[in-house]
Amino acid sequence: MSDDTAVPVQETEYQRVQRSPEFQELRRRFRNFVFPMTALFLVWYLVYVLLADYAHDFMSIRVGDSTITVGLLLGLGQFVSTFVITMVYARWANKKFDPPADALRREIEDGAL
Amino acid sequence: MSALTLAAGLHAAAETEKIGNPAVNIAIFGAFVAVTLVIVLRASRQNKSAEDYYAGGRSFTGAQNGTAIAGDYLSAASFLGICGAIAVNGYDGFLYSIGFLVAWLVALLLVAELLRNTGRFTMADVLSFRLKERPVRMAAALATLLVVFFYLLAQMAGAGGLVALLLGISSTAGQSVVIAVVGALMILYVLVGGMKGTTWVQIVKAVLLIIGAAVMTAWVLAKFGFNISDLFQAAIDRAGEGGEALIEPGKAYGATSLSKLNFLSLALALVLGTAGLPHVLMRFYTVPDAKAARRSVVWAIWLIGIFYLFTLVLGYGAAALVGADTIKAAPGGVNSAAPLLAYELGGEVLLGLISAVAFATILAVVAGLTITAAASFAHDIYASVIKKGQVSGDGEVRVARITVVVIGVLAIVGGIFAQGQNVAFLVALAFAVAASANLPTIIYSLFWKRFNTSGALWSMYGGMISCIVLITFSPVVSGKVDPVTGESLSMIKDTGIDFHLISLENPGLITIPLAFVLGVVGTYLSKEKPHPEKFAEMEVRSLTGAGAEKATEH
Repeated sequence: MSDDTAVPVQETEYQRVQRSPEFQELRRRFRNFVFPMTALFLVWYLVYVLLADYAHDFMSIRVGDSTITVGLLLGLGQFVSTFVITMVYARWANKKFDPPADALRREIEDGAL
Repeated sequence: MSALTLAAGLHAAAETEKIGNPAVNIAIFGAFVAVTLVIVLRASRQNKSAEDYYAGGRSFTGAQNGTAIAGDYLSAASFLGICGAIAVNGYDGFLYSIGFLVAWLVALLLVAELLRNTGRFTMADVLSFRLKERPVRMAAALATLLVVFFYLLAQMAGAGGLVALLLGISSTAGQSVVIAVVGALMILYVLVGGMKGTTWVQIVKAVLLIIGAAVMTAWVLAKFGFNISDLFQAAIDRAGEGGEALIEPGKAYGATSLSKLNFLSLALALVLGTAGLPHVLMRFYTVPDAKAARRSVVWAIWLIGIFYLFTLVLGYGAAALVGADTIKAAPGGVNSAAPLLAYELGGEVLLGLISAVAFATILAVVAGLTITAAASFAHDIYASVIKKGQVSGDGEVRVARITVVVIGVLAIVGGIFAQGQNVAFLVALAFAVAASANLPTIIYSLFWKRFNTSGALWSMYGGMISCIVLITFSPVVSGKVDPVTGESLSMIKDTGIDFHLISLENPGLITIPLAFVLGVVGTYLSKEKPHPEKFAEMEVRSLTGAGAEKATEH
């Protein structure tokens, strides 16, 4: 977060890669996907927990004349959202993240960068 | 809250009734132990290097490792503990399932792949990557041992309760012998099989457990015409007056504003704990690369999620068909809901099978925990801190094997103390320690450039110490008395001893934010020079996989 001032005299291989536009783009891509997604599911989980903890009447509302409650549906909703985020992430990572990451890894290991 | 631990040893003396046929149960147990021993022996033939012993040669596929992760994660807490919590507390017990599952997203998105790319054997490899190695390794190893200790307590308590139910052994001495046998078996598996043997036992066990739970779930649903609403209605009717509380939130945690804070604390510990559990993190090293680590987490999330949906049905099924009062009065208490349901459905044979699966579950999880603790001690404390890296792989593995024996003995002793506590609840304590001591440092060292050694030590020791202090002075250890019977619900059974100071049963609500803050404070208070070159290496390696440890060839 804050900038380092102690720049070593000799820059390492990894630092050169880190400064490269390819790596910066990869990093940006990763963070732009992963951080908002993490915030999303954590907030949704927290909303659920607070409702279950402090909104008993709302969570106890029956759906129709069954014994299924709003609380149960929201709880199951946590399962659904977890499965969905898992698959969305896996697809994104396989298609959008792996190809540039692999390309960069090969360049580093071949010493091309 | 009290209902969760209500069963604590109140009934042992009065209850002599056996459920099922001990001969059948022992025969099924014996068969399982024999089969898994063969697997372990076969797997052990390829154990040559430290790579093999700790990381199974990094040669497992994503699907295999995902199943093993599920096997590792779906412990006695998930099966016996959650079923019991839902059967007795209804909707409030469901929180365990949700928290334990959603937590995997933290591991999937933020930790699994980056960790696989930067470490070798243990969590400490990653934490000490760009910080001062020895102090950070030491702290990470201690945190690992602490989490493993709480986790082991829970599994051993589950083993004791299960066997109490099956063999009708209600005396503490008898159960202690059983715990000792479980411990001895587990030591044997890990000594002989290493990570490979342990992984195979976990895979076999995960498959058995999920099939077993699926069969029981279908059976329960069939009894109610596949109508969930009817199942809930039956549970409500069975509970009698006030039974509606089973499907509403607040039965266990809704009484006071303090108990609501307990719920919040538990919820926080559950969701943030998984990504800091050392035995889960170590599993990411058993696969060839980060992609396989990702695949294994995707597999694990599906298996674990589906299993937790089963536990919802099983918990309410037990409430409807067995009844909460019967469950609480059985030897083994709340933890016996699932086996009792099996007996109700399919008689002594299904009880024997399900119990053997539950027993296998405990054995496999205990083995996974033990190898993690052993690796942590041998690799982090012995090889890196004591010997300063001047030790051969063989010497390290020898120390790891000795550690296995020591930990096995400690687990046996601890397990004898923890008998009767709800295992899901005990595991939640391990989650709180993992989320406080490990997760902040993992996140900071992966993503925060400025983070330094001092921040890591403040956060890890702060997390550990605050957890130990809060748990020690909580009602879990002393001073919790059943208002009806006047008996102790705490670990210390003497009601005359009461040194509890805080009423929070799970420390997560305080310790997790505290550890995150301490990481920042410690970082800014230190004059340590930053190491941009180490951070560059870590960041580049974690995202691209360059220079990651490869699978070994056989």
